[in-house]
Amino acid sequence: MASIDLLLANLLSPVVLAFVLGVLAQLVKSDLEFPPPLYDALSIYLLFAIGLKGGAELSVTPIAEFLGPAALTLLLGVVTPITAYAVLRRLGRFDRTNAAAVAAHYGSVSAVTFIASTAFAERAGVAAEGFMPALVAILEVPAIVVALMIAHVRGSAAGSWKTALREIMAGRSIVLMLGGLVIGAVAGKSGMEPVAPFFVEGFKGALTLFLLEMGMAAASRLRDLKQVGAFLVGFGIFVPILHGALAVWGADFIGMGIGGAAVLGAMVSSASYIAAPAAVRIALPKASPTLYLTSSLGITFPFNLTLGIPLYYAMATWLAR
Amino acid sequence: MHTVDLKLVTVITERLLKDRVLDDLRKCGAKGFTISNATGEGSRGVRASEWEGQNLRIESVVSRAVADKIVEAIADDFFENYAVIVFLHDVQVVRGDKYV
Repeated sequence: MASIDLLLANLLSPVVLAFVLGVLAQLVKSDLEFPPPLYDALSIYLLFAIGLKGGAELSVTPIAEFLGPAALTLLLGVVTPITAYAVLRRLGRFDRTNAAAVAAHYGSVSAVTFIASTAFAERAGVAAEGFMPALVAILEVPAIVVALMIAHVRGSAAGSWKTALREIMAGRSIVLMLGGLVIGAVAGKSGMEPVAPFFVEGFKGALTLFLLEMGMAAASRLRDLKQVGAFLVGFGIFVPILHGALAVWGADFIGMGIGGAAVLGAMVSSASYIAAPAAVRIALPKASPTLYLTSSLGITFPFNLTLGIPLYYAMATWLAR
Repeated sequence: MHTVDLKLVTVITERLLKDRVLDDLRKCGAKGFTISNATGEGSRGVRASEWEGQNLRIESVVSRAVADKIVEAIADDFFENYAVIVFLHDVQVVRGDKYV
């Protein structure tokens, strides 16, 4: 499918439109509210399902095929918080604490962006490699650690980075995704068959509903845009593109398929807004949540969802030519 | 009926800090506590994370001395960086030794 068609198909997909609806609902001050348990249930379902699916695929993947992408992901996970930190300090003139806090977010990953990009790749007919969820787990933690280490070494970490690290490792995303991966891998494709109807059939619906809440959450950050300043707005768009391009190029270089490269691009460009904020709040309490949440949730996530994912796909297609 | 005068310490805090606040309470000598959900706004005006969930109201019945220790500990540990408030009530209880 031509890139423009895919861009439009993406923008008009229920997933993206639900996100838009959430934004609109917030803007008209609707009393629509997602009860926290519903939000929790959906995120548990999505994270676990992703892990299970990835694990089942991993069980039929030769180790050799997985090692290259895994190593690349780890490398990107370590490099991207450093590039983000450098841009924020040198170009943005941010103080160390806030630069490290935001860098932790941009080095890490948004599971929802990952999920949306896999759906996009499927729609484009180039499904990504099945073991991608394992890469999400690999990407999530190192970046936060690296960013906290930068802050620690520079003497501006007020909280305990060890506590923060333990929190992330035991955090919901990691436990569900890694746990799901292990279960899926051990059960294998045949073992997963009985539960496939629940975890596979309902997946896209749950994702759509979840994106509705994400739209509301992102929109509630919009009023902080003025506060964060033009630099961070630009940062929230251009640094993801930079990181995404880096990832797509690396993936193509090591021989991943177009779908895998596009999804990796989306993953690496995405910014965490669940694991990273929790860790940063503990380890860098002096950092301003307005800066890191608004940029990751209010700017980067919507950008990636609408324009970024198709862009990384276009990059991957162009490179594979 | 014979009642004992004690203090009720109430801490309203971000959910993220639950374990640390409870640690402080125990270290200062609280024998128990009750936790309930809370929402609201404060002078800091910053809602740190969408998915932290609701705030918490943590209450504990303690002696005057322990109450003072708790207030000091909470103030030292959290006032600077987090949205936390703490206040005291006078309460009368039966079974005073349950709490001290």
